[in-house]
Amino acid sequence: MSQTLQASTLLAVPMAPLAGAVLAGVFGTQLGGNWLGRKLSHTFTILGVFIAFVLSALTLQSVVVDGARFNETLYTWMVVGGLKMEIGFLVDGLTAMMMCVVTFVSLMVHLYTIGYMEEDEGYNRFFGYISLFTFSMLMLVMSNNMLQLFFGWEAVGLVSYLLIGFWFNKPSAIFANMKAFLVNRVGDFGFILGIGLIAAYGGTLNYAEAFAKAGELGKLSFPGTDWMLVTVICICLFIGAMGKSAQFPLHVWLPDSMEGPTPISALIHAATMVTAGIFMVARMSPFYELSDTALNFVLVIGAITALFMGFLGIIQNDIKRVVAYSTLSQLGYMTVALGASAYSVAVFHLMTHAFFKALLFLGAGSVIMGMHHNQDIRWMGGVRKHMPITWITSLLGSLALIGTPFFSGFYSKDSIIEAVAESHLPGAGFAYLAVMAGVFVTAFYSFRMYFLVFHGKERYDQNPEAHHDGHGHDDHGHHGDHSPHESPWVVTVPLVLLAIPSVVIGYMTIDPMLFGAFFKDAIFVDAERHHVMKELGEAFHGPVAMAMHAFSTLPFWLALGGVVVSYYMYMINPAVPAAIKRAFQPVYTLLENKYYMDWINENILARAARGLGLGLWKGGDQAIIDGGLVNGSWKLVGWVSGIARHFQSGYLYHYALVMILGVFLLMTWFVWLNP
Amino acid sequence: MSVTLGHYLTLGAVLFALSVTGIFLNRKNLIVLLMAIELMLLAVNMNFVAFSHYLGDIQGQVFVFFILTVAAAESAIGLAILVLLFRNRSSINVDELNTLKG
Repeated sequence: MSQTLQASTLLAVPMAPLAGAVLAGVFGTQLGGNWLGRKLSHTFTILGVFIAFVLSALTLQSVVVDGARFNETLYTWMVVGGLKMEIGFLVDGLTAMMMCVVTFVSLMVHLYTIGYMEEDEGYNRFFGYISLFTFSMLMLVMSNNMLQLFFGWEAVGLVSYLLIGFWFNKPSAIFANMKAFLVNRVGDFGFILGIGLIAAYGGTLNYAEAFAKAGELGKLSFPGTDWMLVTVICICLFIGAMGKSAQFPLHVWLPDSMEGPTPISALIHAATMVTAGIFMVARMSPFYELSDTALNFVLVIGAITALFMGFLGIIQNDIKRVVAYSTLSQLGYMTVALGASAYSVAVFHLMTHAFFKALLFLGAGSVIMGMHHNQDIRWMGGVRKHMPITWITSLLGSLALIGTPFFSGFYSKDSIIEAVAESHLPGAGFAYLAVMAGVFVTAFYSFRMYFLVFHGKERYDQNPEAHHDGHGHDDHGHHGDHSPHESPWVVTVPLVLLAIPSVVIGYMTIDPMLFGAFFKDAIFVDAERHHVMKELGEAFHGPVAMAMHAFSTLPFWLALGGVVVSYYMYMINPAVPAAIKRAFQPVYTLLENKYYMDWINENILARAARGLGLGLWKGGDQAIIDGGLVNGSWKLVGWVSGIARHFQSGYLYHYALVMILGVFLLMTWFVWLNP
Repeated sequence: MSVTLGHYLTLGAVLFALSVTGIFLNRKNLIVLLMAIELMLLAVNMNFVAFSHYLGDIQGQVFVFFILTVAAAESAIGLAILVLLFRNRSSINVDELNTLKG
């Protein structure tokens, strides 16, 4: 293997999953005549993703070891007035890391799917979709220009839509995928406005060329205002990230997206797609560094998401929804890091989160399988004894999530908290409080779920709605007894493989990624104005020292407190949560209704939009266009001709009279009136 | 009292007015209509001749010959149409001829 990066090798990375997707999605389904059986379909797609993973790993190796970089345009799609629309790859530390994360998690999810979707009719279709997703996500992260980024962005959105609505016979799934699509449209609108502004003022879509012009753009102001142009660009781009990465107030689609099968919740709605927004902002760091206003906006939105979405996780009873709100909260953490100019910390957390959150989701999926598709954690408990591998891996994932020292999540989350503490933006004080409180909340809801699922009394025979609760998608075989059973090896192997990086990846990579040269060319930080990373670097004395130091800091004790409180409330004295619920009924109602965001969306925004649409339809289209222009024109012509036909008596002498009068008038005009 | 141009023009105008009135008032017979048209042309001819004489320009009288020729041809065609019309509709009553109505 050559140590320099070849265009053809890089091209093979996204193309291999695409080939798998086409084979499984076209020839494995009714579309192509069911050519391929289940076995061939999953073999081809897994092979495709495996090739992509191996090539990504080799790419990462040459990037790390040889310092190789790649930035070339492979194909020019079209040139419009000097604006080039191209397809090309940019490979640096950021891209190489993302490629590995995406392909690794995708590979694990592909394997896992063999077990999880075993009894589903849409087996081949599902494999086609997830491979297509891998292709789209790779195009997104490998892009060297904003057009291709946008292509990948929309393509992952499309696949997400298809997968949320995978069980298309379920009305709630169809509602959820429509919601995800519509909310993402709002974000994408901002995103394309941002890209359009860059194209309009920078004249290029290529990253390197646009970043070279960043300084120039930084001096311009938005026409007609005294806002900095860069601020407007950054906020527009961030609105795109808010949609994709589910930041408040565009977060509403992510919890509902749990209607989709669990493997895609892990792959798309936890590990990769939702982090595209974080990746994009990190990639656009040369622009964000120019605008403190935009960074502050990012910081505050992230802080709101990190804390308030965490609260919602506390009261959820659906195992997947707990993990979904935890994802929202962790995405908020990443966004906070972006806002604090600690892009590399955000991306670092993105990576560790991808592993442990994919692990938690797949673990949740494994539990769901074991519980015969019951997702309600109130009717679980004691699963530990029946599903040991799932139990131990989920425990590791939860420990990583709450930031236990030496686990991967600890390094990334603690760095975020430190970064916010060092930040001097106006919103940093609020953000610091939010992420600090978030640590407790995260630990509390994570271990509430953990204790309820894996420990305590076995309650799965008490579910009043068992087996006829509307989850009738793929009836998992009832094996006579209702006790859970450990999942097959295709499910547990990915769990184990994901648990390993969830534990160790932070320890291994914190030094090069945050303080080394790994992101040197990829992420730009204006060290004079935003010194967060410098101060973090000065305080950093190796991963072991960092972990040891953590025992004397607040976040550790908060996390421990969260675990202890949840243990007390759900294991020792289960009467406490009910008492709290009674005591704080209004708060509980508020959380139950998710801060009424759905209500606001449905009853105010959607109703206003529908009202506007109705007004335009009835008033604009039916009254003005149809009634006025289309029907009005023929009515006018009819009316005029109705009058004119009275002159057509058919009598010769009438015509003659009119002729003579006409001649008389014309002559009068010529002779007397016309000089 | 000598005969001046004014007299001729007055005569022409009277003839023209008579023919126009004939066209309007006639509700019965298509032949009267044709006669009125002929009379109208003659009124115009009268003006031509009068101007030609008083201006000493022979071209006006030449024009009169053309008009007479055209009027003759027109009468011939008009009478032919009239005959056909009578054959088809058994009437040449102007009030019944309103098939031009749109």
